[in-house]
Amino acid sequence: MNAARRLPVDAAPLLEAERLALQVGERWLCCEFSLSLAAGECLVLLGPNGAGKTTLLHTLAGLREPTVGQVRLGGLPYAAWPALEAARYRGLLAQQQPDPFAAGVLETVLVGRHPHLGRWGWEGAEDVAIARRTLAEVGLAGFEQRAVHTLSGGERQRVAIAALLTQAPRLFLLDEPLNHLDLHHQIATLELFQRLVREPGTGRGSVMVLHDINLAARYADHIILLDGRGGVIAGDRDAVLRADLLGQAFGHPLRRIEHEGRVVFLPD
Amino acid sequence: MLGVLLLGAAGAIVLSLRAGELQLDLAAVWSALVDDAGGVSAAIILELRLPRAVAAFVSGGLLATAGALMQVLLRNPLADPYILGISGGAAVGALGAITLGAAAFWIDAMAFAGALTAMLVVFGLAHGDGSWTQTRLLLTGVIVAAGCGAAVSMLLALASDTRVMPMLFWMMGDASAAARPWPAGVVLVLALLAVMPFARDLNVLARGELTARALGVRVQRLRIVLYVLASLLTATAVTLVGSVGFVGLIVPHLVRLVLGNDQRVLIPAAALVGGTLLTLADTAARTLLAPQQLPVGVLTAMIGVPVFLFLLSRSPRSST
Repeated sequence: MNAARRLPVDAAPLLEAERLALQVGERWLCCEFSLSLAAGECLVLLGPNGAGKTTLLHTLAGLREPTVGQVRLGGLPYAAWPALEAARYRGLLAQQQPDPFAAGVLETVLVGRHPHLGRWGWEGAEDVAIARRTLAEVGLAGFEQRAVHTLSGGERQRVAIAALLTQAPRLFLLDEPLNHLDLHHQIATLELFQRLVREPGTGRGSVMVLHDINLAARYADHIILLDGRGGVIAGDRDAVLRADLLGQAFGHPLRRIEHEGRVVFLPD
Repeated sequence: MLGVLLLGAAGAIVLSLRAGELQLDLAAVWSALVDDAGGVSAAIILELRLPRAVAAFVSGGLLATAGALMQVLLRNPLADPYILGISGGAAVGALGAITLGAAAFWIDAMAFAGALTAMLVVFGLAHGDGSWTQTRLLLTGVIVAAGCGAAVSMLLALASDTRVMPMLFWMMGDASAAARPWPAGVVLVLALLAVMPFARDLNVLARGELTARALGVRVQRLRIVLYVLASLLTATAVTLVGSVGFVGLIVPHLVRLVLGNDQRVLIPAAALVGGTLLTLADTAARTLLAPQQLPVGVLTAMIGVPVFLFLLSRSPRSST
């Protein structure tokens, strides 16, 4: 279908931010910083409430113009991407999932196939098979015919994750993917995305907004720490996850503890 | 499924051709439509009942389609051209044009402009991502409708005696006044043709603006298309039969209950069911108390008000 143009440039990083800075109203959410996300990597955005994590994620998703700098997806600025091709390359899990109309679970998950179908296309048996598989991956096998509004908050969140997996992008942009999830499903979700991203040859990567520093310490390769006052610290996990930096950003002292080879941070 | 609905629509039209002061049998309907037979019964069918049945069917289809589109546009199952004051805006425009003594074309054009303006006001005030609520949307619509009602009363009060009658005829919205239903039918068909290629985009839009944009839907462009189409459909319907309420609310809701919320099915089905419903309602309006004729808007309101209140009371999340 898109033979004329070879998108994306395969050697390019999945996602690059170049001298990016964001301003909302009069307030600067983050001063200039740069980052690059390669295939197989996970980037976590951390910061206190209202620091601009979601705004930054939306900017990285190309849904918002950066105030300064540029975001490149697969080596190309978003302006060079046709909307549907970008949708096959990167997918967003939004923080809120509005469902004003009653809808079935399978039907909701199938919405993720939209960028893969032509203008007149209908979801075929193959798309349904993909949707069923992703539902099984988030532990919702057998929920296909349930109505979404009868599900619990955590189950709805997993329906949204399944819809994103059905979209099958290379770059996952996840806004608080652990919302409403219990402990088991929090770990299962992070393990699922880690497995997908690490799968060799797929060229996948993930960017996620998390609130739990210890889960970030366990799953992130890179961290962007926003302090809510415009300050940004971006870098490798171990360079950013320091008790003093985290304490400053969150406005609460933290203690770093190493236990059986794992790092945890405890609030004082 | 659409086949069944088509059959139902044909049945409703045939029924409305037969029913009336002079009950006609199927053979008379057939010979009038097909054989070009002439005679009294053929004249009644071709000159009185057929235009009226078509007007009722087309405007029902227009209103139901407009309702379905507005519900996706505003992501609110309670959106309806009548409730949101769009019909009222069209009425203000049309009556204003009649007051100025404008020609028929300008009456239609002003009705369209009025519908567009009312929709712009409701849409602009009640929308803003994440910040509008069901309550706010409905309140905005009700206020706009009330304002339009007051403006209509004022125009009626100020109008000279010779202008009041055409104004009342326009307002009452009975299909008997509809002399030219065919152009409106063309509008309905064209609008359906225009919207069907975007029907899956509408399914995606129901998942929220952000998700839709991330899935490659050009939300801004789609919104404008929906906005213009919904206004055009509403204005065309109101121009054809006047203020007929609640069709745009009930019909998409019924279709959604039975067929689900896939817009590729819902929109054409709503158009057919809306047409069928309004044809039946109009047939009832002119036969129930014959020879007295009821405005069809009265009948649809009698069905629509309880349905609307029922929907509002069982709506699970009133503030999201």
